[in-house]
Amino acid sequence: MKPAPLPCLERAGLDSWMIRLFDRIEESNLAWLAALTRDCETAFGDMLVDLVPSYTTLLVVFDPLRISPCEARQQLIELLGRLEPVEADAGGTLHELPTWYDLQTGPDLPRVAELSGLSVPAVIEAHSNRDYCVFALGFAPGFAFMGLLDDALVCPRLDTPRQQVPAGSVAIAGRQTAAYPLVTPGGWNLIGRTPARLFDRHRDGLSLLRVGDRVRFVAVDQSTFEQLGGDTTPTAPASAP
Amino acid sequence: MISGFRVARAGPLALLQDAGRFGVRHLGITQGGPADLHAWAWANRLTGNDWGAAVLEVTFGGLELVAERDMTIALTGADLGIRHNQQPAPRWRTLVIRSGDVLSFSAPVSGLRAYLAVSGGFRGTAVLGSVASVTREQLGGFDGQGSSLRSGDRLAITRSEATGDERQAPEWEQPDYRHTATLDLLPGAQIAAFTGSSLFEAFNALWRVDQRADRMGVRLIGPALRCAVDSLISEGISLGAVQVPPDGQPIVLLNDRQTIGGYPRLGNLTPLAASRLAQCLPGQAVRFRATGIDRALRQHRDFLSRFR
Repeated sequence: MKPAPLPCLERAGLDSWMIRLFDRIEESNLAWLAALTRDCETAFGDMLVDLVPSYTTLLVVFDPLRISPCEARQQLIELLGRLEPVEADAGGTLHELPTWYDLQTGPDLPRVAELSGLSVPAVIEAHSNRDYCVFALGFAPGFAFMGLLDDALVCPRLDTPRQQVPAGSVAIAGRQTAAYPLVTPGGWNLIGRTPARLFDRHRDGLSLLRVGDRVRFVAVDQSTFEQLGGDTTPTAPASAP
Repeated sequence: MISGFRVARAGPLALLQDAGRFGVRHLGITQGGPADLHAWAWANRLTGNDWGAAVLEVTFGGLELVAERDMTIALTGADLGIRHNQQPAPRWRTLVIRSGDVLSFSAPVSGLRAYLAVSGGFRGTAVLGSVASVTREQLGGFDGQGSSLRSGDRLAITRSEATGDERQAPEWEQPDYRHTATLDLLPGAQIAAFTGSSLFEAFNALWRVDQRADRMGVRLIGPALRCAVDSLISEGISLGAVQVPPDGQPIVLLNDRQTIGGYPRLGNLTPLAASRLAQCLPGQAVRFRATGIDRALRQHRDFLSRFR
């Protein structure tokens, strides 16, 4: 077992603490974050407003009338002092997400190719030839943060986010990949689109993907994409800053 | 269903808002709730409602409502040129309206968002424990889909009699939103990663509210801020976070913000400063003022304990 991490607490407004447990994205982070999430629920009870875990952090939002930031910090330090990782669950579900990689749906393919020094087909191959781990849900309902990307594909976000990213867009940024469940603004590089329904309020659990699941993107052609109900409306290029 | 109003004409955006949707942010579901907590809380207070009752948030104007019952209502927040049967409608106080009366919202005079509360509260369709309308997520509101009001909609209320005392908010609680706002900012963990001159600019420049401003976030235009950190591993974002993408132009994240993001942050506006910013029209100027946790907490606790 790896040694207990050295965490730090950062102020994130008058009703929140950001607990930073790690500085790198690793699958092994998940067991520690799950344990901390569970312990916060127990310790804070109904003083807790929300808990937002992500790759390396847990944002703890509390009711500032019920507990002061100073008291909350003291509680968190005590929790961190006796933190043990949860038992790793026996592997999450493997999802296959059919994906149409094309300039029409992935207008940033040329940018990624240029930054990586790969051809466009090699970018697609590098993205679709491995399984990804779901590290967190966030940004939008059912939006799953997945990793880790092939080193060659690592690339920065866009300098200016798009105002509207079409639903189903498959995207990469840093060492991460994701698929947009709904139309939202977004700053990631778009490389394709999936017809999968990633968020459904009527579905038990709401989100297709859950933390700990594994995901494989499977390249499909346009006709398969359309048969599966995919929307072929072209994506607008990124706006100039 | 008891209909309180019929929508005779829809405006650009009118949403039902309770205090917000909590406890589901780990699924990526945003908080929602009133963009201006101050005006929203006053609307409920004046009509005798509890904290958390659903109130109509009318952005910009354009809306026309016809009352279908006798009701006690209150209008707070922005002056959107609101008329009650052709006469200027009083704001920040209770108002008795009769079945058939017309309330019309024209366009911003001062501020951007007006709040309409009805005694007893509006009745929406709760989704995941809240009626807060989030259009992007299609959650909450009267229809459960987070929709903005449409022409012909009937707005459900919980009870129908015109009751309650006459109440009025003191004058000092009624902001003139045309003034340049000073927004209290609680510094965050990445503040030291900004260059010295950028920090000087951040707290001394006048920032102009951009057209790209909505319930999710407000982009500000001014000198480009430089930060040694380009991007972070995505992490949870709290209300009022002032994030700075690589183009150096801050974006203040409001109620409908994404739950997780990866841009470095100057810190967080206090909840009431975020509320104040939500009343600014594109083109208006604002400035940031650094505040400390003791002052910020005292101010917010004072506010909450008066209303909750």
